Amino acid sequence: MAKTIRKVPALNASSMADISFLLLTFFLLVSNMDVDSGLARRLPPPPQTEEQTTVDVQRRNLLVVLVNAQNETLVQNQQETQLYANETELRGEGGKVALKDMVKEFVLNTQNSSLLPELSEEDFGAPIGTVPVTAQHVISIQNDATTSYKAYIAVQNEVVRAYNELREEGSRKYFNTSYEDLTEDQQGQINNLFPQRISEAEPKNYGGQ
Amino acid sequence: MGKFNKSGKKEMPALNSSSMPDIVFAILFFFMVTTTMRSETLMVRMKLPTASEVQKLEKKSLVTYINIGAPMDTRLGTGTQMQLNDRFAQVSEIQDYIAQEKASMNEADQPLMTVSIKADEETRMQYITDVKQALRQAYALKISYSARQGGN
Repeated sequence: MAKTIRKVPALNASSMADISFLLLTFFLLVSNMDVDSGLARRLPPPPQTEEQTTVDVQRRNLLVVLVNAQNETLVQNQQETQLYANETELRGEGGKVALKDMVKEFVLNTQNSSLLPELSEEDFGAPIGTVPVTAQHVISIQNDATTSYKAYIAVQNEVVRAYNELREEGSRKYFNTSYEDLTEDQQGQINNLFPQRISEAEPKNYGGQ
Repeated sequence: MGKFNKSGKKEMPALNSSSMPDIVFAILFFFMVTTTMRSETLMVRMKLPTASEVQKLEKKSLVTYINIGAPMDTRLGTGTQMQLNDRFAQVSEIQDYIAQEKASMNEADQPLMTVSIKADEETRMQYITDVKQALRQAYALKISYSARQGGN
């Protein structure tokens, strides 16, 4: 018997590329790369006892931002009161002081006014050192039952924008770079310097039943 | 000059494309690993509000979604409805839903759980406030108002 070496016929693999392309297209279509984004907030824990624990806040430390059913915004502190009729006015178009500038002035209290939050010296570590800050200020965002979500988010956005600008300015002043380029520790320092003290009030019934 | 005459026709060598499947497979695996299958079909119609100061939610496995808007199916009316997982739900069901989502999570990750509220921009705040109160009761305190990046 003659030994014959039988050759295995080569597999035609030219259609492999087609098949894998098909799979690739399928996964390309079903995958969604978009990352959800939003305004992060922290809710207060639920009240423990029947009697609501209320925190007393001095009048001067409080900035009330009230969005009403007509989606108008009333901003009020001890120093001034401002009414914004719509979203463009919130951004400072139309001759009014923008909401973010009011918030920034309120948080900084550069003039050490007795109508704005009290300043207290605090140590934030090198290179910031001991600087006066308004540690007790509170921005209270209140809304009506029929306020639209869109207007509410617009107001929230402006307040967050004020804080972000403050942090950016602080970062430029103390670290000479943009906030985004700071290390995590440095960002923590700046965040301690300008903590977001936003309170979303308990629901109230204005002109209720 | 004989050097440049083109009489000696040379055939273009065939391109070796045998490694093409390998490359395609490499891309395929990349997409297979990164993809997250859309697990739920949206049953409510919503147009998210725009905001400029949005932050990205980093870890998808830690995020729980609450969808709020008018139903896609117009036979169900135009009132605000809430979708949890794959069905419509009432605000009172949020606590159970959060508890269930928390239980399915790694214990170390539970305090990091974030609830993303994806609500239509025309929603009345009364509804959002109710949802927020329910989330407080359920101790899901980290929330995010989902918004599209945009505006100025």
